[in-house]
Amino acid sequence: MTTLTAKDKDAVRTFWANVSGKEEDIGSDAVARMLAVYPQTKTYFSHWKDLSPSSPSARKHGITVMKGVADAVSKIDDLKGGLLTLSELHAFTLRVDPANFKIISHCLLVVLSIKFPNDFTPEVHVALDKFLAALALALAEKYR
Amino acid sequence: MVEWTDFERATIVDIFSKMQYEVVGPAALARCLIVYPWTQRYFGNFGNLYNAAAISGNPMVAKHGTTILHGLDRAVKNMDDIKSTYAELSVLHSEKLHVDPDNFKLLSDCLTIVVAAQLGKEFTGKVQAAFQKFLAVVVSSLGRQYH
Repeated sequence: MTTLTAKDKDAVRTFWANVSGKEEDIGSDAVARMLAVYPQTKTYFSHWKDLSPSSPSARKHGITVMKGVADAVSKIDDLKGGLLTLSELHAFTLRVDPANFKIISHCLLVVLSIKFPNDFTPEVHVALDKFLAALALALAEKYR
Repeated sequence: MVEWTDFERATIVDIFSKMQYEVVGPAALARCLIVYPWTQRYFGNFGNLYNAAAISGNPMVAKHGTTILHGLDRAVKNMDDIKSTYAELSVLHSEKLHVDPDNFKLLSDCLTIVVAAQLGKEFTGKVQAAFQKFLAVVVSSLGRQYH
């Protein structure tokens, strides 16, 4: 959609200082919510023994996803270049329908809203929403 | 007809019984106008919407946010027939207000985020699922009469 302005990037980096150290809890809460609120997302995890939101597989996956998002924050100045490998993974191996990126982004924002009610202002919200949309775009870059 | 579990019914009634309409309504609408600025197209007569601070402090936004949130009360009271509850409102949004129904989803996402901040840990994944299901039914009913 739109490019990230310097203001957006600053807002994201500043807010991310709050997240540091809490990535695991936040990531697993976001994935748990995704599975609970959007059951169709479970179709990507049919290889898990336990598909419940609180399962060890779900928690582990939340941590993986969140590590990716944190990495993207560090590469915010060049998401397409920085996420090339991850994009190839999602395009050729995982083949996650890009509509799902919006879903996990929304769930992540809900978790951030709960954990940081005062810091997650509307201005931070819009910057993060733009960032996650740009991240999704970078991930879908190699799809076709 | 939409099937609701006992948990979903109880959750929706509970959330709205504790709802701080004058805080949540304005916050949700303001967030929508800030995060998705194209939604401002429907509020040309609301005065100053130039930046986030102006939007958050705008009394017309606050008043309308509260109105919208109270508009959900009828759905809470008629969970078994939300579709006909909102038939008239759907016609209004389509024929008089000309609102693109995609916007309903944007507002409901913002509302979810504001309610999440209000309820904190109580807003578990299960509660979120019930709340979003309720909002999805409302959104679908509001878009139903468009043609």
